[in-house]
Amino acid sequence: MAEWVEACAAEDIDEEDVVRFDHAGRTYAIYRSPDDEFFVTDGLCTHEKVHLADGLVMDDIIECPKHNGRFNYKTGEAKGAPVCVNLKTYPARVEDGRVMVELD
Amino acid sequence: MNETLPGMVIIGAGECGARAAFALREEGYAGPVTLIGAERHLPYERPPLSKDALAAEAPGIRTIAEADRFEAADIRLMLSCEVAAIDRAARAVRLGDGTALPYSRLLLATGARPRRLPPAEGSKHCLYLRTHDDAGEIARRLRPDARILIIGGGFIGLELAAAARLRGSAVTVLETQSRLLARAVPANIAEIVQAEHERQGVRVLLNAGILELGERGGAAVFRIDQPGNDAGSGPTEIEADTVIVGIGAVPNVELAEAAGLAVDNGICVDACLRTADRAIFAAGDCCSFPLEIYGGRRVRLEAWRNAQEQGALAARNMLETDEAHASVPWFWSDQYGLTLQIAGLPDEGAAVVRRDLGEGAFILFHLAADGRLVAASGIGPGNAVARDIRLAEMLIARRAAPAADKLAAAETKLKSLLAA
Repeated sequence: MAEWVEACAAEDIDEEDVVRFDHAGRTYAIYRSPDDEFFVTDGLCTHEKVHLADGLVMDDIIECPKHNGRFNYKTGEAKGAPVCVNLKTYPARVEDGRVMVELD
Repeated sequence: MNETLPGMVIIGAGECGARAAFALREEGYAGPVTLIGAERHLPYERPPLSKDALAAEAPGIRTIAEADRFEAADIRLMLSCEVAAIDRAARAVRLGDGTALPYSRLLLATGARPRRLPPAEGSKHCLYLRTHDDAGEIARRLRPDARILIIGGGFIGLELAAAARLRGSAVTVLETQSRLLARAVPANIAEIVQAEHERQGVRVLLNAGILELGERGGAAVFRIDQPGNDAGSGPTEIEADTVIVGIGAVPNVELAEAAGLAVDNGICVDACLRTADRAIFAAGDCCSFPLEIYGGRRVRLEAWRNAQEQGALAARNMLETDEAHASVPWFWSDQYGLTLQIAGLPDEGAAVVRRDLGEGAFILFHLAADGRLVAASGIGPGNAVARDIRLAEMLIARRAAPAADKLAAAETKLKSLLAA
């Protein structure tokens, strides 16, 4: 069942940046976009299981730190070689300065 | 598909050739695309061969794409296929079995092969690493009781040493230079790499000359000479069950050379990856090309991302665009828990600025005499240096000249320098 989980404080993430969030044995990546919206995806790159939170956020794109696989973190779309499998995304919202994410 | 219609032919089904084949389709090309590979396997990723693939006795293979994706893209795959010659006048590739395959554009993505060590020729104990099958043979021999001698303290040799230690083998690394990674990285990064290998139980012998290879009791015996050592303190011979030679690679240029194309440490191409024959292109490990960010300095790169990028670029230019190569070289290596990443070519630098990132991770920024950032090399646990190396790569591409004190201060975000 999906449930809303408190992940972190909004101020814990810089604009155009990403942090790692672990919950119930799984790992996620939480993003703050340049226009101050929050997004959540699975935490590991679909190419080689590397933590995306060590990667670089530029505009709508998260780039894997290992081999530069790129995803649109808003939609999860894989943007080309070496990644060809999309990332799963999850809903997020901010409540009283806290980032809430809806996980499966 | 009309198979006699000349189309795009790619020789070499590694990272570069496979990427080029898909890129042709992504660019909308609808004619025939043929990808010719010498190996029997579907195109696969080579970086794991010296790393994760050796963790088990029988390595898995990580394909770049499965057969159905090649089929869906209508890419004709010819595996286990040798090319005998290129007939430029007839615009056709002649295969080992005598068949002629016409082309309208030809891409040479023939890669490179391990440099051979003459004293080791013909020895059943000596292995080289390039292919999945090579990795399979090496993985089988990395038993806990095996004595493994690795010749060459470059990236391949050191990744092999790490993989062998993780399997429990006794490992010696022999290097003829006075330090490890002499060709590729600054000395203070090489020192950290060496210290980690020694901490993990690898015996590292520097300044070592190999005199000859013999055999005793079913094992290989290398007689060596270490003039650089304290008066004869080093061993004069090393016994090993398996010797793995990693002393660099030589580009596969023979087809191009026989066809009269220019070769200079690789098949010579221009910034658009074209040879002097406008119908023939070369990309990846096999080509030498002018590196635009360093004023056209001619280089040949043996790197995974370069192979991908050049494959895609060559594909676009085979379709009559004129896009010049503009990327910054980028390279990585994993050994134990350490990752090393390099953007640009550090030998372009005249001065070095160091940024410490904590947990032993640091980045060296290499600045040209005019203050321009020309390269960055970093090492640290996991992916600690990845983000800053990526940002440094963007700064290098923009020919930025960031202030040295800002580069040195970890609290200054590199992203803020990019915006400046």
